[in-house]
Amino acid sequence: MPKDNGIGASSKRREDVRFLTGAGRYTDDINIHGQAYAHFVRSDVAHGTINGIDASAAEAMPGVLKVFTATDFEGVGGIPCGWQVTDRHGEPMQEPKHPVLAEGKVRHVGDPIAVVVAESLGQARDAAEALEIDISELPAVMDMKDALTEGAAKVHDDLTSNLCYDWGFVEENREAVDDAINGAHHVTTLELRNNRLVANPMEPRVAVGDYSAADDEHTLYTTSQNPHVIRLLMGAFVLGIPEHKLRVVAPDVGGGFGAKIYHYAEEAFCTFAAKALRRPVKWTSSRSEAFMSDAHGRDHVTKIELAMDEQGKFLAIRTDTHANMGAYLSTFAPSIPTWLHGTLMAGNYTTPLIYVNVKAVFTNTVPVDAYRGAGRPEATFQLERVVDKAAREMGIDPIELRRRNFITEFPYATPVAVEYDTGDYNATMDKLLEISDHSGFEVRAAESKANGKLRGFGIAHYIEACGIAPSNLVGQLGARAGLYESATVRVNATGSISVFTGSHSHGQGHETTFAQVVAEMIGIDEGQVDIVHGDTSKTPMGMGTYGSRSLAVGGSAMVRATEKIINKARKIAAHLMEAAEADIELKDGQFTVAGTDKSVAWGDVTLAAYVPHNYPLEDIEPGLEETAFYDPANFTYPSGAYGCEVEVDPETGKVKVLGFAAADDFGNVVNPMIVEGQVQGGLAQGIGQALLENCAYDQDGQLISASYMDYAMPRADDLPMFTVDHSCVTPCTHNPLGVKGCGEAGAIGSPPALVNAVIDALQRGGHDVKHIDMPLSPDRVWTAMNG
Amino acid sequence: MKLNDSRTINADIGIVWAALLDKNVLQACVPGCTEMSGSADEGFEATVVQKVGPVKATFKGAVALNDRVEPTNLTIKGEGKGGAAGFANGGAVVTLEKVEAGFTQLTYEVEAKVGGKLAQLGSRIIDGFAKKMADEFFSRFQEAVEGPADPAEDAAEAKKPGWFKRMVTS
Repeated sequence: MPKDNGIGASSKRREDVRFLTGAGRYTDDINIHGQAYAHFVRSDVAHGTINGIDASAAEAMPGVLKVFTATDFEGVGGIPCGWQVTDRHGEPMQEPKHPVLAEGKVRHVGDPIAVVVAESLGQARDAAEALEIDISELPAVMDMKDALTEGAAKVHDDLTSNLCYDWGFVEENREAVDDAINGAHHVTTLELRNNRLVANPMEPRVAVGDYSAADDEHTLYTTSQNPHVIRLLMGAFVLGIPEHKLRVVAPDVGGGFGAKIYHYAEEAFCTFAAKALRRPVKWTSSRSEAFMSDAHGRDHVTKIELAMDEQGKFLAIRTDTHANMGAYLSTFAPSIPTWLHGTLMAGNYTTPLIYVNVKAVFTNTVPVDAYRGAGRPEATFQLERVVDKAAREMGIDPIELRRRNFITEFPYATPVAVEYDTGDYNATMDKLLEISDHSGFEVRAAESKANGKLRGFGIAHYIEACGIAPSNLVGQLGARAGLYESATVRVNATGSISVFTGSHSHGQGHETTFAQVVAEMIGIDEGQVDIVHGDTSKTPMGMGTYGSRSLAVGGSAMVRATEKIINKARKIAAHLMEAAEADIELKDGQFTVAGTDKSVAWGDVTLAAYVPHNYPLEDIEPGLEETAFYDPANFTYPSGAYGCEVEVDPETGKVKVLGFAAADDFGNVVNPMIVEGQVQGGLAQGIGQALLENCAYDQDGQLISASYMDYAMPRADDLPMFTVDHSCVTPCTHNPLGVKGCGEAGAIGSPPALVNAVIDALQRGGHDVKHIDMPLSPDRVWTAMNG
Repeated sequence: MKLNDSRTINADIGIVWAALLDKNVLQACVPGCTEMSGSADEGFEATVVQKVGPVKATFKGAVALNDRVEPTNLTIKGEGKGGAAGFANGGAVVTLEKVEAGFTQLTYEVEAKVGGKLAQLGSRIIDGFAKKMADEFFSRFQEAVEGPADPAEDAAEAKKPGWFKRMVTS
């Protein structure tokens, strides 16, 4: 019998009731009396010198309160970067200033130049038309390799070049890797591009700034995945507001996928303008603005080489990547192509020697940062594509080649600085072959052939590092923040519980899952537990939600705080029953004295804590509220085998995804239904990247895919029914729940599986196509087939 | 984007050349032009209302006639700012050649570029749009010089010269 309560139960997502009935409270639902509206005037050229801005006509327009430009932000800090990467030579990365509003130059289409604040949004927009901005267009820096050539135009005139950093990992292995590749039996080489994506959460970004002169307190309501991080960055680095005078609220947030981690200019602007104008100031992104102001994802150009011996045993991997930073460094941008990418290059394999080189490059494009998976999809894609190509070149079945190289003993220290605590990659591979009916593939392929279609099956095995992250480790790697998580468990007098978590839910279902964990530990009904998040004035300092960290890190903090609660409650129960604390057992919400029929209920104990008439006041304080901060000892390492079955129409090059199966090992699972939902969403996004989505610029730096007419999001009819399994469980060894994280897996493992499937289909159809860059549009597939 | 085309105009090369430099001809021929001031030598200021795909905008900009070699070569260069819609720049390299008495071959190479919202929403259709604009400009130009190209009218009576040709030859 499946459980219907607590850990392991597929409890329905309680938050969905308000989301699905229009009762959610999103940032745009927040309207404060007297609020004014901000309209951002953005650059429509990729690169240019601002010769002058004449705001006089705009400021005279009806309803206009003020037109802000860079001069209003003199004395205000730039948008900070939260991670400093050190290059191959021990030098810090080049870090340009990122002003709130463009100073002197514009550096990408969408770069904010001025902001009109007016009584209504319409008035602000009308006045923006009257703004005279004189810009001389400069040559746009677009191609990453061209950007690094001598004499190339520079995105930032005060930097020595467009190179942010040249990173080598592990630098000491560089020569050994070169030697291994030079002496190998066979080397498979693959050059590819990991296409630039736009996150496109359903809810665009919104910011509302408010200022209370009475107590000099600032409040920012914002669509953020991590309100405390925004408070820290904006308060300390941009506006100089002490944390106790700055409250950041991220209420219901309609999807993030990474794009809502970062501190954005619009947040700082609304907070700043609210004080300057003594009026609440609201900005709501249009979808068009989102395309050119939300941080983009991916955009790596990579060459990977895999060296093997006669038996296909992997000897060495060398990768060379150009990673696009865009025009400025977004909050975590430098860490994505380095520590979240290079450390995953071992994949599931025992390759003893690995060298990763990454050149991060400034271009006149929207800044690039983490997007669902963040660095790990880029690592997995190149590795799983090159393994597939190697299998073909070596004449070894791609499943067999993977098995020959799987890591089978744990813990396993990779040559790229991480230690996998646990896993069973053959188990997930076996499970995948079972659930995808791999043995029946040849029959299905023959049917397709009879219908004039080409059927292919592609596989990918991924690993990712989640549960981000041990603070002391990331500190050494350049993080300017700790990555622990916090929880306060407040038990009320009648036994109900409010949990204040530093994690942030923007679609993940924390309010349900987290309640299941606490309810299970105490043995009470989930309905007794409420989860509170997203408000710096309520929750303890927390780092928010990204990198599939919430249950592994935030959940662990909650477990620790709940353990403290239980320990204290046992003392109270022991007192009430006049028994020794060591004899007190907690089960199903009842404290009992072992071996007797004496018991007190949870509610009796909690009441005693707040009405301490009969209470051990000499030993413990009244009340029942505990806080814990949890800093993980290691990353967690979810892994899985993904299989994709496609059919290609040789007449048109159109790819149809017929089936997609995912066999994941997420460690222990708290809510199977939510896990399945997370995997399905990730698969949809990964298939979107592989088949449909592409953020395109023209050579002048114009963003030419900035609406849903040109940026193809995956729709239901682009996707098959997914077969999702997470029955392979090797619990994480170092967190109390044994969980690993499931939020990003789908987006990490699916693109290589899909591309491998298409290449398989084409090869079976007699077309010697070795690689096609994503997205695999009919045009690209047809062109590849027809040379 | 770039595109090339040519057409034969039923007029002497001198008349075609003069028409290209005429403010009233340009205003009549630029699709959506609602205002035009200035001169061929000093450049024109123009207001053009156009709809590119989903974006309708009023463009204010300058039109310049450069690289003039009378009566055979010139470049028409236009730059328009459409406010929130972005910008559109375009140019045409025009070559005139006498084909036979009373006929002139007009060849043009058009280049167009858009930015801002026009590029974001309309890039997919901008090639078609530029071609349509160029075709329309030169069709109207041909009409202004040699009269409407209506076959029914041709059959009924001898073709009347266009308004510009009438004006300069009367």
